[in-house]
Amino acid sequence: MRIPLAIAAAIVLAAIVAFGAPHVVGDYFVRVLLLIALNSILVLSLSLSNGFTGVFSLGHVGFIGAGAYAAGILSLTVQQKKALLPHLPDLLNWFSLPFLPATLAAGLFAAILAVIVGYPLMRLSGYFVSVATMGFLIIVNVVLINASDFTRGARTFTGVPLATTLPWVIGWLAVTLLVLSRLVYSPFGRRMKAVRDDTIAASAVGISVLRARLLAFVIGAFFAGVGGSLYAHYLGSFSPNTFYFAMTMNLIAMLVLGGMGSLSGAIIGVVCVSILSELLRGFERGFTIGDFTVPALFGASQIVLGFLFILIMIFRPKGIMGDRELTFGLSRRSANHNHKEGKDR
Amino acid sequence: MSQLEYIIQQVINAVSLGSLYALVAVGLSIVFGVLKLTNFAHGDVMMVGAFTTVLLIAAGMPFIPAMICGIAASAIAGFLIERIAYRPIRNAPDVTRLLTSLAVTYILENLGILLFTSSPRNFPLPDILNSSWQLSGGAITFTNINVLTVALTFVSLIGLGWFITRTTIGLGMRAAAEDMQAAQLVGLDVNKVIIVAFVVASAYAGLAGVLWAAQAGVVQPQMGFTPLLKAFVAAIIGGFGSISGALLGGYMLGALEIFIVAFLPDTVVPYRDAIVFALLIAFLLFRPGGLLQPNREIKL
Repeated sequence: MRIPLAIAAAIVLAAIVAFGAPHVVGDYFVRVLLLIALNSILVLSLSLSNGFTGVFSLGHVGFIGAGAYAAGILSLTVQQKKALLPHLPDLLNWFSLPFLPATLAAGLFAAILAVIVGYPLMRLSGYFVSVATMGFLIIVNVVLINASDFTRGARTFTGVPLATTLPWVIGWLAVTLLVLSRLVYSPFGRRMKAVRDDTIAASAVGISVLRARLLAFVIGAFFAGVGGSLYAHYLGSFSPNTFYFAMTMNLIAMLVLGGMGSLSGAIIGVVCVSILSELLRGFERGFTIGDFTVPALFGASQIVLGFLFILIMIFRPKGIMGDRELTFGLSRRSANHNHKEGKDR
Repeated sequence: MSQLEYIIQQVINAVSLGSLYALVAVGLSIVFGVLKLTNFAHGDVMMVGAFTTVLLIAAGMPFIPAMICGIAASAIAGFLIERIAYRPIRNAPDVTRLLTSLAVTYILENLGILLFTSSPRNFPLPDILNSSWQLSGGAITFTNINVLTVALTFVSLIGLGWFITRTTIGLGMRAAAEDMQAAQLVGLDVNKVIIVAFVVASAYAGLAGVLWAAQAGVVQPQMGFTPLLKAFVAAIIGGFGSISGALLGGYMLGALEIFIVAFLPDTVVPYRDAIVFALLIAFLLFRPGGLLQPNREIKL
């Protein structure tokens, strides 16, 4: 397989950023960069169902949480499992997986869960599917809190090795972006968008609505599970409420701001919201100008984000990018590539 | 304690809890019926009413006037939310409107945290409402706030029934819920109807918020969240958009939750909310119109 020059250049650039950034900028910026890349994976995985297929799921964070806990359980050391999770079934307590296999397993676990949940739910549309997937998120939360043999319940799940480094996250982001861009700009991607734009017309021309939605949902869930594992290995310790409505709201804000029908838009949304939150967070702690002291205003940054969100909904409901893509010359090559493959078949 | 007394006690609990769910669900259903909007901000409008009441009681006002002011504050909040956030996107797709209501939730909750911090505050309930009734030697107990909750639910719902069947604007609300375009064609002032629907629904949220906080004994900025989710379930079980459906759904949900807690084994009880939301999903799949509208079609 011949790799187009532009893709090779992008990979090299990503590698330089991933390995070089820690030597050039301080810890704080590395952490911001890592979180931007990590959130990009999560928002991209969300965009597949919510943006491209028109199934507005509010339960995506349920898959992220499931992935985080699955990966956490798999990668604890055997001694830690004995100490922290004494009632873990024998099947799981005698081994410990390294980072990569644990992450893949977390993705697969989330994808299987998505098949089970999506098979019935992907028949619903509009607010029905939003409310139903929200129900799924709540069920996941209740199960995580109560299945304490596996999750330590509402207490903090801790001891996960801090294996998530910038190269890992950027690598996974590249994989996510590659898979999703191949998927979204393929014949199958056009079916997804047809289902989103006019469900009845799409089914009238012979597109299986359920199949298109389910596949988008399951692939999205796989990357959500992967992102969950990365998150778990980044935080080291977390609790069921880490993966609940606050995170849902945050990811949706990023997706909607960037534009729901665009991969590059999703990333732009993440970058904008992340930078804005970092700036506002400094502001929130309170500061002094001359003799005038502004007290700490906790919650102020969320209020600003909320108003921004409403303004976007009113004045630019398609977000910054809408359906457009920022491709840096990558798209025509990959389009040609697809075209050739199509002929070969 | 005899078996019968235990059952009577659980029925009392179910009616009390169900009344709260019904009050919240009725408000949600009014808005959904007229606007086809799943209003996530409803729970935070509850919070506005509850906080106003608590602050006024703390400032020395008696309970009943403070509660009335709380309900008024909720109604004003609902009015402002409709004018500022919902009116500009009234004709936008479902998802846009749902997202806007999520954003309103986010703003109100964080505003609450900013003003009052996220730690809970005591609800200063007057002693007379806290005093309890003990029947058959203490086997059956309930407090005056339980009685007040059930009584206010009944009174307010009778009032609502009168309003939507006997007044012009109430009839207009029902017409708009039936078919907004047709109602507009025959000369209905849609803006007026929607504003009234929002104010009425928000006043219900205020009443529900005060009673919920009074029963829980505390107020905090995120207090509206759980009742909102439960009320979604109640409204959908009954038939989303139908007021009698919301009432039925509220009491059924209350009965179901109390049944799970009172009669099922201890290992199942912590999963109560999971069971409730699984029921929600089952209804959406198999009977999306709820109990009262069995023929509503599933929109693909």
